[in-house]
Amino acid sequence: MATIVETKNINKYFYDPVEFHVLKNVSFAVSRGEFLSMIGKSGSGKSTLLYILSTMDTDYTGELYIDNELVTGFDLDKLAMIRNEKIGFVFQFHYLLPEFTCLKNVMLPALKFKKLSTKEIEQKAYQKLELLGLADQALKTANKLSGGQQQRVAIARALINDPAIIMCDEPTGNLDSKNTKIVFDTFKELTVNMNQTIIAVTHDEEFAKNTDRTIEMMDGMIIKHTS
Amino acid sequence: MNINVDIASTYLFSNKKLTMVAVMGVLLGMSIYIFMNSLLVGFDRTSNVSIFKSTPHIRIYKDDEISKPLLENKASKSIIINPKVVPSSNTIINYKDVMSLARKHEEVTLVTPQVTATVFFNTGKIQIPGMIVGVVPDEADIMFNISSTIIEGSFKDLKKDINSIAIGSGVAEKLSLYIGDNISVSSAKGVIRNLKVVAIFKTNNSAVDKSKTYIHLSTAQQLQKENNVYVTDLNVAVKKPEKADEYTADLSQFTGYKAEGWKQANEALMAAFRMRKIVITFVSYTILIVAGFGIYNILNMTVSQKINDIAILKAMGFKGKDVIRIFLTQAMSIGVMGVVGGMLAAATLITILRKVYIGGDIGYFPIDYELSKFIQGVVVGLVITFFAGYLPAKKAAGVDPVSIFRK
Repeated sequence: MATIVETKNINKYFYDPVEFHVLKNVSFAVSRGEFLSMIGKSGSGKSTLLYILSTMDTDYTGELYIDNELVTGFDLDKLAMIRNEKIGFVFQFHYLLPEFTCLKNVMLPALKFKKLSTKEIEQKAYQKLELLGLADQALKTANKLSGGQQQRVAIARALINDPAIIMCDEPTGNLDSKNTKIVFDTFKELTVNMNQTIIAVTHDEEFAKNTDRTIEMMDGMIIKHTS
Repeated sequence: MNINVDIASTYLFSNKKLTMVAVMGVLLGMSIYIFMNSLLVGFDRTSNVSIFKSTPHIRIYKDDEISKPLLENKASKSIIINPKVVPSSNTIINYKDVMSLARKHEEVTLVTPQVTATVFFNTGKIQIPGMIVGVVPDEADIMFNISSTIIEGSFKDLKKDINSIAIGSGVAEKLSLYIGDNISVSSAKGVIRNLKVVAIFKTNNSAVDKSKTYIHLSTAQQLQKENNVYVTDLNVAVKKPEKADEYTADLSQFTGYKAEGWKQANEALMAAFRMRKIVITFVSYTILIVAGFGIYNILNMTVSQKINDIAILKAMGFKGKDVIRIFLTQAMSIGVMGVVGGMLAAATLITILRKVYIGGDIGYFPIDYELSKFIQGVVVGLVITFFAGYLPAKKAAGVDPVSIFRK
């Protein structure tokens, strides 16, 4: 299977308050269409690793390949373009723009990408909202929705540009079991049907158990791959 | 619509109150800036008009000479050790030649001779001191615009009769003189002439009105017991009065006499003008800059409030310059609204105030629509807005999304 994300010897240090070696020679690869979860105790470096994979954190040594392209050392604008096109994000908090409608929130990354016309983007955003069962909420402003709905809107937003990779930091951390199931099933479907890759940092053992592969981290190193 | 503009306008409209406050700040600053600067132009204009009613653009006269040492000897002391003013006539020798020399300067539009003397005015037993200015009536009228200050009679009548006189309203009042009355003028040289009042002027400067009179050049020469080549001053008008001081050196060179610009002649007044200009400029800029601080504050607040939005926008692929554009668009929108509103407010203020009568030397409120000041205000206002917006925008662009997400 084709590799979509690969790291070689990633090292990272924190200097504040004291020098701390947070990631130690991390090397691994993720294939296209894989549903990967990363677990580990807090402080194990899993979130730090995720943010390096996301290209938002550039302060590390080693090499990061996205879609077989070495992106380490790219300038911030170029990285922003890569994120725009290839990576969708879902966080524990939804980070929706509260003054905008759900529809507009979903449309934002595509409006930035500018590959389609506004009309087409709008249609596509409706499709994504429908996929997550929120078509009827499309024209409400984001701050009027429940927590579960907001998180699903955030997922729809992550999907709008059909990114190759979706990165999630505790995507179900704030959700009840019903919403957690919806989110998980959606992700599963995406990997199977759309060949999209999911990399999710989670504390939820149940969630992790059902993914294709689980990486367990401890003290800045990958200690276990479970398939 | 561009997505950055879309986001900026959503931010502006979702917090209308804050936007309005910022706009009002710029609007007030802008209107006061334009208003005060227009007023400054108006002040200068009226001041200059009233100065040019008694002072020529450039005056050429014979300066007092200080006696020089008889023998210049660097090694030993000079022979005359107590220099004094050389006693000599203050006439300009061969003034017609001097006049034609002065006329050769390309900026000069008019040169006219003048004789000034202090005299006594007598009617019956009353005797008051005063000053006569002997002029060529037509030319003096062009130079000082005397006709505009005439309240009775006509200044043009002065040239018809060599024995006529135009007097200040104060003189007329003190001696209870009317058009057609005779006035006896006695000079320091002991010459007494009877002159007929043909015009009464009022300059609104009471010191001038109470002492100054205009007579024919030749009559003034007679009062000074001098012949018809006696002239104390040559008054010069130039195309650009503002630059008069630059021409004086040339004119001194051309003519060999001392040439003095109106600014030098009114040094005390000019100092006051400069003072006024500094104060008004300082105050008007300060007000605009304070409005800039308003924008800066409000935008800084917005950036802090929207830090989550900024983080997610950057995560989803918005570049640093996109973020700068979002916030700069907000600032410039506020700026443009404020500037346009400010221009309207300033225009309204000017429209109202220019109809207000102040009286005295000024008359109506000395303000007009100064296009250059409006343009200047717009430019300065937008530049200040730009910087007031750029600093917070730059800060927003520098937000590290990871640090927000990891909180």
